[in-house]
Amino acid sequence: MAIPDIKENWTNRINTVTIGATAEQGGTRGKTVTVGGETTLPSLIFEGEIPHRPVIAGMVMDVVPEDWPDMLKKAIGKEINSPTEWAQKCVQDFKVDLICLKLLGADPAGKNRSPAEAAKTVKSVLEAVDVPLIIWGCGDEDKDNEVLPECSQAAKGENCLMGSVTETNYRTMGAIGTADKHKLIAEAPVDINIAKQINILLQDAGFDLKDVVMCQSTAALGYGFDYVYTIFERVRIAGLKGDKHMALPQIANVSQEVWKIKEAIVDEDILPGWGKLEKRGPAWETATAAGYLQAGADILTLAHPDSVSVVRELIDEMMRK
Amino acid sequence: MILVGERINTGFKDIKQAVLDKDPKPLQAWAKKQADAGASYIDVNLGAVSMKAADMCWMIETVQAVVDTPISIDTNKPSILAEAIKACKKPPLINSTTAADSKLDQFLPIALEHNASIIGLAIDDTGTPKSADKRVELAATLFAEATEAGMPPERMFLDPIVMPMKFMQEQAMEILEATKQFTLLSDPPPHIICGLSNISNGTTHKKLINRTFLVMAIANGLDAVICDVLDPDLTNAAKTADLVMNREIYADSYVRE
Repeated sequence: MAIPDIKENWTNRINTVTIGATAEQGGTRGKTVTVGGETTLPSLIFEGEIPHRPVIAGMVMDVVPEDWPDMLKKAIGKEINSPTEWAQKCVQDFKVDLICLKLLGADPAGKNRSPAEAAKTVKSVLEAVDVPLIIWGCGDEDKDNEVLPECSQAAKGENCLMGSVTETNYRTMGAIGTADKHKLIAEAPVDINIAKQINILLQDAGFDLKDVVMCQSTAALGYGFDYVYTIFERVRIAGLKGDKHMALPQIANVSQEVWKIKEAIVDEDILPGWGKLEKRGPAWETATAAGYLQAGADILTLAHPDSVSVVRELIDEMMRK
Repeated sequence: MILVGERINTGFKDIKQAVLDKDPKPLQAWAKKQADAGASYIDVNLGAVSMKAADMCWMIETVQAVVDTPISIDTNKPSILAEAIKACKKPPLINSTTAADSKLDQFLPIALEHNASIIGLAIDDTGTPKSADKRVELAATLFAEATEAGMPPERMFLDPIVMPMKFMQEQAMEILEATKQFTLLSDPPPHIICGLSNISNGTTHKKLINRTFLVMAIANGLDAVICDVLDPDLTNAAKTADLVMNREIYADSYVRE
């Protein structure tokens, strides 16, 4: 008996999004990064096209994240104390595809840095490296409404990916994205219905969804991971089936979440039998990234150099014909 | 839901006059309105105004000059289809063939050559079927012949033939039953489409009847419809039915207020 053909014929293609602008395109980047364009699910290269490989964004913050374990800070090196040096190390030594600059220093609960200071950091990182840039606010919505417009202006023409757009700030974000020619991250709180809603709102506000990357929030443990994985997958399947509000590339902010959970930051003295943190931490970050790659992530943020190198090999393997 | 906008049809006086005068404006205005309303295809029907393929091509080119929505070529004449399909920028929907052998033999090769989708009406030389069983028999014949010729199921649209409820009230249930059985023809099933307005032919409450029947047909597996896409009550009911069927992911603003 002949083996039946089980290939799916999806009717739609995921949008293609390019981040960064070279001199010819009005920016100063040495290269651009393009994601999306899939006509099938991850790994199924026998079935459809995956024209662009998933990319790794090296996580860089404008202040040293206090709650990160020493093991991780040590692995990154003394450069962690300067966002420009940290970004350079990510590009030169860790070989990331682009940089994700998180403006943690603007957080009112932390250093509460001014929008002008944040914008200055953005400019200095853009000068220090020539890869495309993701600019992510501190997470406090009121503060980000002040910080992100200034940072957007400071990076005008560089075609950055800026985040994040929510159900409440979509008008502001849509306006700065249009004015300064940036791409946007639409972020939903682990809720596929809100994810779709934000995209509809952004579109109705006049922003082209072809310039948007979706973030479902990211989880790194237990059923939170399970939920997000499922949302990634459902979003991708809906997009491939023809839902234009869901046919967008997706970003998994892995480094943001992994280095918060006890399992990835506490050593054997507190978790006896769990193995050395030196290995377990990057293994956790790698495993989380591997999961989201399988679910449909197009961009992953990573912090530990070992995670970056192993995940890169994983992506090579997934793309091998 | 695949929505085919029915308005560019010489059955409407303004379109008939525009085709006679070669005035692009009315066609383009309706094309834009229907595209903005979310039409997946713009149906273009030359009707009895002319027998010339060139006139059909003019209509298609006129529409394509203002919208990039694919065309539904509404003709039962192979000679017109053969020319009209060459004018289409995107793979069109052919509206339509029947289960009659002679018709299929002429339409299928053209559809295959141009990567077009095709509507197959559950009719043959003996006319319109009266029962669900006969409809399923004809649809199965159509589907088998088309797929054997190389037509992928996802480009097949089967039409159970809608009859006016006012004059043949017992037919509505037969149509719904046939629709349900069409979904069993393959996995994934072919598309199932109907020309909606026939259900309300001759009635007073056309919109209400169209809307109610459409929702019931969707519940039985219909996923495409030729209709007035500019009736928001109709398209919003269809979108809601799609949510109930779990075909679309819910979002608060899933319909335009």
